[in-house]
Amino acid sequence: MPIRCEIVSQDRLVYEGDADMVIVPGAAGEMGILPNHSPLLSTLKYGILRVRSRGKEEVFTVAGGVVEVQPSIITVMADAAENVSEIDVARAEAARKRAEELLEKAPPERDSDAFLALEAALRRSNLRLQAAKRYRSGHARGPGGEQY
Amino acid sequence: MANAREFRLRIRSVKNIAQVTRALQAVSASKVRKAMQAMLNTRPYATKAWQVLTHIAGQPGRASLHPLLTPRPNPKSVMVVLVTGDRGLAGAYNSNVVRFCMQQFNQHPLAVRYITVGRKGRDMLLRRRKTIVAEFSNLPAAPTFTDVSAIGRMAVDEFLMGNADRVYLVYTDFVNMVKQTPVVKQLLPLELDSGEGRVMSFATASRTPAAYTYEPGETEILDEIVPRFTALQVFQAILESLASEHAARMVAMKNATDSATDLAAELQLEYNNARQQSITNEMLDIVGGANALGD
Repeated sequence: MPIRCEIVSQDRLVYEGDADMVIVPGAAGEMGILPNHSPLLSTLKYGILRVRSRGKEEVFTVAGGVVEVQPSIITVMADAAENVSEIDVARAEAARKRAEELLEKAPPERDSDAFLALEAALRRSNLRLQAAKRYRSGHARGPGGEQY
Repeated sequence: MANAREFRLRIRSVKNIAQVTRALQAVSASKVRKAMQAMLNTRPYATKAWQVLTHIAGQPGRASLHPLLTPRPNPKSVMVVLVTGDRGLAGAYNSNVVRFCMQQFNQHPLAVRYITVGRKGRDMLLRRRKTIVAEFSNLPAAPTFTDVSAIGRMAVDEFLMGNADRVYLVYTDFVNMVKQTPVVKQLLPLELDSGEGRVMSFATASRTPAAYTYEPGETEILDEIVPRFTALQVFQAILESLASEHAARMVAMKNATDSATDLAAELQLEYNNARQQSITNEMLDIVGGANALGD
């Protein structure tokens, strides 16, 4: 019996479908969630989310958020999420450069909102780039649990 | 007759106005489409967040789960977040929502303070001498969640600090292109039992009574999710209001264009009349003159 998996980001529905297993980057480490899991509510870190169904695997990047697990449904509410195949590498690269430059040249005050936003942007683009490099074009899969 | 010249000038200016309003109408038409799209895009997230919260609410002992979920026994003060537009020329859009807000809260037994979103609402409340704690105006045309999350955070802070025991949200609900209705919604403490509203409509999916496992911890996760959902509701309200504003403006501009065209046609008739009249008069003069000479 598959488990329903729905991934929404703040601006759209990213994925909706049935899965045999979903691996999410939970705050306390990676979790593999199978159907009939007990109810669980967890925050997410920056990381890779994998949806396995019938031998196929879809890979998403997730930049923080919350996951709710019910026995028959997994709801991922991400601050930002996208399918790895949707990642625009050139854009992510440009975003990373921009954020790095800004942090270097004119670093806003530490822990100010601007600083945190910039840092988050940098982490997001790094995550996207690494995910694209690793999971695109059928590269060998890593062991998971990567730190970003 | 000098009259004919005046008519010509008026006709021209009325036609110019019609041209301007027609352009504004076209602009609003495209903006309302974009605003509607933005509104629909955030709906899945809002729906899911609401689902999760209702699940949490189904847990035993919800009243003590989180301060934002706990109703206060003796409320003393009320905070109202009023969402209006930055600009006018949108028919009765701004005055409707402000009037509705006044109806709701003018006679309120508790002290009412306001947070306004949009320049028009701020101005109208100032004219009515209301207490405004904060105002947010000149929002970007297509605001993102980060642009407006400060508003939600402010409401949450005021509530947590005890400056307000209840927080309401007043905005214009976008029903369809020609119908937008002002609505009031209780924002804090979150009322989870009332599953009404379109945003709130959720599938009757798995409502299990079993208690959650929280990771990392119950407090941490509720601290994260509850304030965020509040901010999300504000965000959704702003998007609805924006779509409503553009739709209202579009209709207002369409009406203006129509009446300008009518007026121009009417003036044209009167102008023709006046012209005819002056020609007839001239002819009469000439004929009269000729007759006088002939005699």
